[in-house]
Amino acid sequence: MSAETLSREVVVGIQQGLHARPADLLAREARRWQSRIELVAESQRVDGKSILDVLMLAAEAGTRLVVEATGPDAQQALEAIGHLFERNFNEHENA
Amino acid sequence: MKFSDFVAADAIRSTVVANTKEGVIREMAQSLVDAGKIAAGELESIVKAIMKREDLGSTGIGRGVAVPHTKHPSVNRLVGTVAVSPEGINFESLDGEPVRLFFLLVSPPDRPGDHLRALENISRQLRDEAFCKVLKSAKGPTEIQQLLEEADSHGMVS
Repeated sequence: MSAETLSREVVVGIQQGLHARPADLLAREARRWQSRIELVAESQRVDGKSILDVLMLAAEAGTRLVVEATGPDAQQALEAIGHLFERNFNEHENA
Repeated sequence: MKFSDFVAADAIRSTVVANTKEGVIREMAQSLVDAGKIAAGELESIVKAIMKREDLGSTGIGRGVAVPHTKHPSVNRLVGTVAVSPEGINFESLDGEPVRLFFLLVSPPDRPGDHLRALENISRQLRDEAFCKVLKSAKGPTEIQQLLEEADSHGMVS
């Protein structure tokens, strides 16, 4: 079965960049879904379900990423992950 | 960023004595004091700040690795060290596994990019399961330092 890949663009809004805590939240959210989740930055493509992979992006504030989801729940997964970015991972300054 | 850019060679420990989360953090911070990388008078404040960060969510990122860290105004560049606990320590890590390999980072508050690049380097290198394994079973600080140097000079492993 070849599932369609859906994608959406997100921007890292956290001032500290995508550091350990948001990377953990992101990978956790991605793992809730059956679909394959990948994050694409300028020159890298990583597994969104792995915190090590997400940290490898070293995505600073303002970085644009494309989230790609492939699988039966791709749409919901993208919405949930997009929501995390929109809420800035509930990050407050000095966190 | 390379390991040698932030790991204080004199502060590397291959057999930590502590068997608690706060204990290992304190021991590593003390090793940075002994290596002259952080001021003795700031030790308590740094340990407290790192523990506060751990309260927000464990930095035990899986594979038996943790990256306890904080921003602290007393440092003017990113400083860090590496330690191994042969027995492993309960760090409430994300995958529930005990942690044996620790990277402790203290960064100046105004340099979030350096902190990110250090995390990037650590996570990139640790994806190599074999590298992770040899680090955890290193026989002494010198061996750890050599392994880090080797990783640095190989550049992109994967």
